[in-house]
Amino acid sequence: MIGTLLKRDLAKFFPFAGGGASLPVMFFVAVAMLYPFAVGPDVNILSRTGGGVVWIAALLAAILPLEKLVTNDIELGFFDQLRLRGLTEEMMMAVRLLAHWLSFGPPLIVATFPAAALLAIDGPTLQLLLLGLLAGTPGLAAIGLMIAALTASLRAGAALSGLLMVPLALPILIFGAGALARQDIASLGFVAAISLGLVAMAPFAAGAAIKAAREI
Amino acid sequence: MQAQLRASNLACRRGDRVLFRKLSFSLEAASALHITGANGTGKTTMMRCLAGLTTPFAGEVERSGELGLLDERPALDPDQPLGKALGFWERIDGCADPKEAQSMLGLTNLLEVPVRYLSTGQRKRAGLAALMGRSVPIWLLDEPLSGLDTSAIATVTQLIESHVQGGGIALIASHQPLAVEGLKTLELGDYVPRYEAEDEE
Repeated sequence: MIGTLLKRDLAKFFPFAGGGASLPVMFFVAVAMLYPFAVGPDVNILSRTGGGVVWIAALLAAILPLEKLVTNDIELGFFDQLRLRGLTEEMMMAVRLLAHWLSFGPPLIVATFPAAALLAIDGPTLQLLLLGLLAGTPGLAAIGLMIAALTASLRAGAALSGLLMVPLALPILIFGAGALARQDIASLGFVAAISLGLVAMAPFAAGAAIKAAREI
Repeated sequence: MQAQLRASNLACRRGDRVLFRKLSFSLEAASALHITGANGTGKTTMMRCLAGLTTPFAGEVERSGELGLLDERPALDPDQPLGKALGFWERIDGCADPKEAQSMLGLTNLLEVPVRYLSTGQRKRAGLAALMGRSVPIWLLDEPLSGLDTSAIATVTQLIESHVQGGGIALIASHQPLAVEGLKTLELGDYVPRYEAEDEE
């Protein structure tokens, strides 16, 4: 049952799977492509600031799928039907979290290679960047899922979720991008810890949110 | 175990308004109940309450046996062809032979059509096919006849009848008359609180 659900969720959200979910990756690469045009081709500036730009692009790309992440399935009655089949909301949200992360985390990490080339990011920095994104994107996915579930029953939910995501993602951004400036892998431990906490919390918070959305 | 569905002293609300109260009924295996009531009396809310999707304002719902709900949202992915969308629920439910229900409901020719192109009646029939794939004893049907043509109404009526005769329970909320044998009727309007009368006192 869980496997079937995960497969369906992935088919819906994975980029290039036909669901039109490739937007975050395109957006991510587009930012990396535009940045050198905006600040000029100076290799020093690019390689010094490039890592931070990648982090910002990753954070903003994580906002893009939020609109459809939970709302559509509430409107379809999808979660209701799963509930009637004995699946808990927490489990549905845990599966959704995994599908959401798989559809934007690993693709962004892969897209970091062309982005790093465009921004003249050197080898050691790229390594920290990749590790940081690996540790940080699950946290971004967890924040995104909680916000998407909480704002699902609001009319202006989509616009609001973008605004809510930014401040909540700040700790991940600070430690993740901070690791690049100081070339310090220890700070990625904080990113991983924050992510872990968020991932543990998200299914329960999001599950409670979609349960509450039914009672209105 | 015999299927059973019992509501005792049930009250449901929507927002801060109590829709109905003091509703009690008991359904044993092989029985059907037709819920009638004007728009807004709370038929859909009652169905969701009985299904356990919302908590009742007061009272209790007891049931033994699994329960399936058909409402205006059949939970089929709009972008997928009908066959695939139904296939998802067949895999979830472990339904071995979905073909029979599909052909009975006249869906065989529609399996390639994306769900978003289906008409209201076709979608309703697809939802019913998904419900039949579960083979649960308790059916909650919220407006199962809306949007259906005459022949489809006859088919659905027949399906409900054979479900009940096979020891199932069917609870049908509908405006339309239903020609199901042994059908009891419950007018939900009788349980709506009279706010105006209380104001005058």
